Amino acid sequence: MSPRAKRSLEPSKTDPSFIRNFCIIAHIDHGKSTLADRMLQLTGVVDDRSMRAQYLDRMDIERERGITIKSQAVRMPWEVDGQTYALNMIDTPGHVDFTYEVSRSLAACEGAVLLVDAAQGIEAQTLANLYLAMENDLTIIPVLNKIDLPAAQPEKYAEELANLIGGNPEDCLRVSGKTGIGVDALLDKIVATVPNPVGDPNAPARAMIFDSVYDSYRGVVTYVRMIDGSFSPRERIQMMSTKAIHELLEIGVSSPEPEPTKGLGVGEVGYIITGVKDVRQSKVGDTITTQAKPATVALKGYSEPKPMVFSGIYPIDGSDYPNLREALDKLKLSDAALVYEPETSVALGFGFRCGFLGLLHLEIVTERLEREFGLDLIATAPSVVYEVTMEDLKEFTVTNPSEFPTGKVKKVLEPMVRATILSPKDYVGTIMELCQTRRGVMIDMQYLGEDRVQLRYTLPLAEIVFDFFDQLKSRTQGYGSLDYEEAGLQQGDLVKVDILLQGDQVDAFSAIVHREKAYAYGVMMTGKLRELIPRQQFDVPIQAAIGGKVISRETVKAKRKDVLAKCYGGDITRKRKLLEKQKEGKKRMKMVGRVEVPQEAFIAALSSDSEKKGEKKGK
Amino acid sequence: MAGPLPIGEAVPADGSLPASVQTNSANKTFHAYVHVPFCRVRCGYCDFNTYTSAELPGYGPGDFVGNLRAELAFSQRVLEEAGVANRELSTVFFGGGTPTQLEPTQLTGALASLREAFGIKAEAEITTEANPDNVDEPYLEALAAAGFTRISFGMQSAIPEVLKTLERTHKPENVPFAVGAAKQAGLGTSVDLIYGAPGETMTQWQQTVDSALELETDHISAYALIVEPGTKLARQIRSGELTEPDDDLTADKYEYLDAALSDAGFEWYELSNFSRSAQTRSAHNMAYWNTQDWWGYGPGAHSHVGGVRWWNQKHPTGYAAALAEGVTPAAGRELLSDTTRLEERLLLELRLRSGLAIDVVKAINPKATGVVATLIADGLVEASAALAGSLVLTLKGRLLADAVVRRLI
Repeated sequence: MSPRAKRSLEPSKTDPSFIRNFCIIAHIDHGKSTLADRMLQLTGVVDDRSMRAQYLDRMDIERERGITIKSQAVRMPWEVDGQTYALNMIDTPGHVDFTYEVSRSLAACEGAVLLVDAAQGIEAQTLANLYLAMENDLTIIPVLNKIDLPAAQPEKYAEELANLIGGNPEDCLRVSGKTGIGVDALLDKIVATVPNPVGDPNAPARAMIFDSVYDSYRGVVTYVRMIDGSFSPRERIQMMSTKAIHELLEIGVSSPEPEPTKGLGVGEVGYIITGVKDVRQSKVGDTITTQAKPATVALKGYSEPKPMVFSGIYPIDGSDYPNLREALDKLKLSDAALVYEPETSVALGFGFRCGFLGLLHLEIVTERLEREFGLDLIATAPSVVYEVTMEDLKEFTVTNPSEFPTGKVKKVLEPMVRATILSPKDYVGTIMELCQTRRGVMIDMQYLGEDRVQLRYTLPLAEIVFDFFDQLKSRTQGYGSLDYEEAGLQQGDLVKVDILLQGDQVDAFSAIVHREKAYAYGVMMTGKLRELIPRQQFDVPIQAAIGGKVISRETVKAKRKDVLAKCYGGDITRKRKLLEKQKEGKKRMKMVGRVEVPQEAFIAALSSDSEKKGEKKGK
Repeated sequence: MAGPLPIGEAVPADGSLPASVQTNSANKTFHAYVHVPFCRVRCGYCDFNTYTSAELPGYGPGDFVGNLRAELAFSQRVLEEAGVANRELSTVFFGGGTPTQLEPTQLTGALASLREAFGIKAEAEITTEANPDNVDEPYLEALAAAGFTRISFGMQSAIPEVLKTLERTHKPENVPFAVGAAKQAGLGTSVDLIYGAPGETMTQWQQTVDSALELETDHISAYALIVEPGTKLARQIRSGELTEPDDDLTADKYEYLDAALSDAGFEWYELSNFSRSAQTRSAHNMAYWNTQDWWGYGPGAHSHVGGVRWWNQKHPTGYAAALAEGVTPAAGRELLSDTTRLEERLLLELRLRSGLAIDVVKAINPKATGVVATLIADGLVEASAALAGSLVLTLKGRLLADAVVRRLI
């Protein structure tokens, strides 16, 4: 075993040939954070006493869900054959929603540790990231983790990995992040096989931003990888996309706590702080140069994140609307991909139409809003962006079903995705059935090993934003995994289904669905609302309609008794208190025309739990 | 006197009333309610403030009558100090509990004490509630001789099964006897009915209504069963032992009641109260609905004097201890604001056949006119009465009275 390095190399003065930049590619739960913890301990940058589980995962949500949202970079010393090296471990988000951020992180490395659970094998998201790593010409180090588990099958999965990336199964390292077995050998192998960074120290400075994090005390902390040249403290730097100029208030490395340095040189990874307050001023993928000696050509690969999934987010208590606005404004500081604009709904009041990279992004944002800002929220069913062309050739971009234009529609284009699904072969039939009901078209199917299959499908994004992943998980008993990437627009036979209460449209329930599924949606939604809407003093028809045509109808029969006939002796106070309570209840009612609907009914109708129940009932 | 007490403000130890009651009481009649907190057994649906002898060791009817005298003296002093001139009682009502758990001499003695304290108007209505099982001819004659004018029997149902569900122990066949004896003694008669007990069928209810009509009483009260939290009935429903009353069936039962009673010559004068004539209405209950002044005597009893509502401690021993110390037995009170008083008028007067003046609604709701118009359109209030300036509920409206109130406020 290599000893801990006696001293670290000084940042800004490190010879690039002693630097190794690598990342770890792994599926959620495959033990990336635990392995990272062991590396921190083994290299001595975190002493055993201050070690805590999943040290690098800063946000509560990350730690609880065991997933990494924001990537970080840690500099660790490691000694091989008497020579000290600086290893920069760049953490990458593991989920498909953050593919763009992953690709920026990968661009900051020369090597990638491909970490796979020895009891489960590779998963679809890992494959996608592996693909990205190989496209970035990274050196791949295959590693099987959790070999201490009784269920581990290292031989089987070593073979699977060798099939995927070439080479021999024996080249696959076996480690346990939990016990620490094999972690030192892995660090040695990183030094031995990952190429050192190469750049021109005398060229104009070019640094790539691979992450940008908002810190409420320090403002935006930007993580960069120096490609050419160097930065030093107090220097004036320039963002190449916006030409904005900032002063470097602080520059340093994470080890893993931030440590200010005298600068960053070629191949080094570190952070900079300029005092900007909004991550949009420091965008992932952008190139930073210096004002004094600016570079002329930016590094390739910068693109604006584009929202794929939209949802209306509303406070359950209408008076929280200003708080929601404030919370979104704050969240935006640390989440460049989040977009939103105010929206009003008959059913839900005032809220925001928000755009997300994907479903997980949506979930994380709503969870952060609820947790970090103490808000109770309701989100409408996620929807995608449709391009609608009318007969008169007018074009509309629709992100909210209730804004679908009325009149003669010539065509509707919907976003498609190319989905990769990995699963044990026993579940192929049920997966194909699921994809078919979701309007999927198979691209191909191939065996990864003896019993594991990769299926590739083209699917409408709209079909997977809604409970597809849950369905996949339940149909494959949790073994199926999914990854998807954008695959352009495609024309679809889509219609808008409106839900009407006593003739008044309830915007939150409008949906754009395939014509063949319109009836099922109408029956499901009207049925669900009939259960949820309390009886009024008159009959309330609930209809589902396409344009003016009613496709399904239910009725909430009029309530006949709403009176407390008992006489509480002279206790008038009690009677009045009962009334006051009822009056309070009425305040929480939303009016749709003359129909009083408790907010909870709308929420229940929108929540996916009752969605599933409703579906079961429908069958 | 049902359920938990309201939350109000503290009452001064001497029970003193604010100066405002003097003017607020000026045009009000004065009434007395006496709460007798004893029952032989407790019924499963009941959340009234009542106790069996096993639940109240060391506190019996004799103690209660003594306490009543003490509270009478206390009330005289409080009213006098508040500057409220003495008014003779317009009505007296003994409720409970079961007032007839008292010996006849105790009950008549209590009435004598009230008369001594305030005086009772010559034409006053004096009522007691009674269990049909524990009154006989001599008892009823004693009451009449002492000045009682009216007796209200807790009949509830004519169907043994339903009585069993309600845990009423009286024998249905005793009711005609008791009513007959009361009439014989010269007392006005009323029966209380309960509809909507778990498992009660429409046919069973029709039999109950028909049996009640055969008694030829002057007055019938019929209350829909309310499943009160904390009662044995509520627990039985929660555990699935009994089924929850169905609102639609209960509505059908009310409609039957209304039709059968009006065919028999009764008229509704309050949602749940039907009378043969204006003279046989319960003047005491009318006093509640018209927000007159009354003093409620006994544990847990509620009072209203000149815009102040208060309520006594519920437990008889705490109640007795307060009186023994010479401090108020009240547990809390509230001073009604002008708005609250208007809201109460709306809430209470809307339940009456005499109706609610639309001006009251206008005083609290700027959109009154529009709301009244939709109530007419929905068939919930009588159009003719509304055009004449008051709101009188239709049959449909009576069944939806609480919803109507919510729309008006």
